[in-house]
Amino acid sequence: MSGGDSSDGESNVGQRFDRLPATASERVVAGRATRAEVLEYFEDRFAIPAETFDCFTFWEKGAGKIWIFSGESPSPAPIEAIGMTCLRTRQEHWKPTTDFVQRFGRHADACVIDLEREAARRFAGGEDQSLEWDGDWGYLIVAHEIAGEREPIGVGLYLHGELRSTVPKGRQREL
Amino acid sequence: MEPLERYRPIIDDFEAFRAACDRPLGIAARVNTIKADIDRAMAALAEDGIPVEQADWNPRVLRLETNAPGSTWASFHGFIHTQEEVSAVPPVVLDPEPGDRVFDACAAPGGKATQLAALLDDRGTVVANDNNLGRLSALRFNAERLGATSLAVTNQDARNFSFNPLAFDAFDHALVDAPCSCEGTIRKNPTTLEQWTEDHVHSVAGIQKGILKRAVQATKPGGTVVYSTCTFAPEENEAVVQHALDTTDCRLLDIDIGLESVPGITEWQDDTYDESLEKAIRIYPHHNDTGGFFVAKLEVGSA
Repeated sequence: MSGGDSSDGESNVGQRFDRLPATASERVVAGRATRAEVLEYFEDRFAIPAETFDCFTFWEKGAGKIWIFSGESPSPAPIEAIGMTCLRTRQEHWKPTTDFVQRFGRHADACVIDLEREAARRFAGGEDQSLEWDGDWGYLIVAHEIAGEREPIGVGLYLHGELRSTVPKGRQREL
Repeated sequence: MEPLERYRPIIDDFEAFRAACDRPLGIAARVNTIKADIDRAMAALAEDGIPVEQADWNPRVLRLETNAPGSTWASFHGFIHTQEEVSAVPPVVLDPEPGDRVFDACAAPGGKATQLAALLDDRGTVVANDNNLGRLSALRFNAERLGATSLAVTNQDARNFSFNPLAFDAFDHALVDAPCSCEGTIRKNPTTLEQWTEDHVHSVAGIQKGILKRAVQATKPGGTVVYSTCTFAPEENEAVVQHALDTTDCRLLDIDIGLESVPGITEWQDDTYDESLEKAIRIYPHHNDTGGFFVAKLEVGSA
């Protein structure tokens, strides 16, 4: 992490991007996720291999909003955006974003639920639906088959026999 | 469409040009190779029952027979991005490579910035800048939907762009797809020319000169800068490039793209331009049944 004055260095500043510390021993800002924790989350929850992200850096801007970036940037970076949003931390259950899952969810091997065409259509439109799932509850990668291959659609929250769509309003589509 | 009458002396087969400008434009989309290769994107569109034809000059550009390209799985997944066919030309002319540092000076709403990211295989840094914060939100939305992780988004006046927030102090390439009088988009938006005045052309040309000059300065020696507009006015095209030739160290390069076009002009009203401006290209609606575009490619010198 770059220096800056101590008041900047020890708390999360809402309007700038700070690169995640590699591990907890390098953490300066209380409550900030580390790169190691982010990789562990994607590997433990979705079996996405850690090396998938070898060429990417992770950043926090805003409380718990984590971004993934493949380019070059100093830290901190006082700019509008860096790569794409990928994860919400600083809440009880971490939650990946729809756009991250669409980009990287194809590397996942666990907690992926496959939907048939009509169920996929309803999910993309933002509808919740009842269905059977014998895996873990919580946030799942929701996928379907398109053009001969599995393709992630977005993030679903599975609880009590119901799959809730978390596709953001602006990303929902009538297909 | 009266303003277009001024181009009668420079446009071949002017009646065919006028007739093409009166016809509505077809729907085109670019395959976003960050998310899917061409075959998969075309297969996804076929599953939705949408007839597709690849453009001869670029297999990644598709002509679609649908009025609702956004309501397809291919669009939802970010396999395709709907944009005018000729809008895909400037990034192809720029031709960046993976790992490059690329400046997109006027990037919103992001069609070309995300195309540049795809041409980098999403490895490198595309600084997508725009002076309009409202338009940046559209750019951000498109970048995320298309899965571009190599974009760094800045909100500056490109005429005095500062490297302060960045990790480097020169670009390998720059794209200036400048704000313009948009005459070439008349097929998409028939009311475009209602606000047209010669004063507006001259005032926007001043801004274009400032942006292009800064983009050349911000690019390293040997790097390339592409200047493009979607308009026909020589004041906004050849005259702007001439200003860059006069005030910075750069020279024009040939453009090799398999789309019918004519050379840039070297005379307009009382002005003459450097002969090398014939290396720029003018794309007219009646040439390829598209919108209109002007593209020039510059190499930055060593001074």
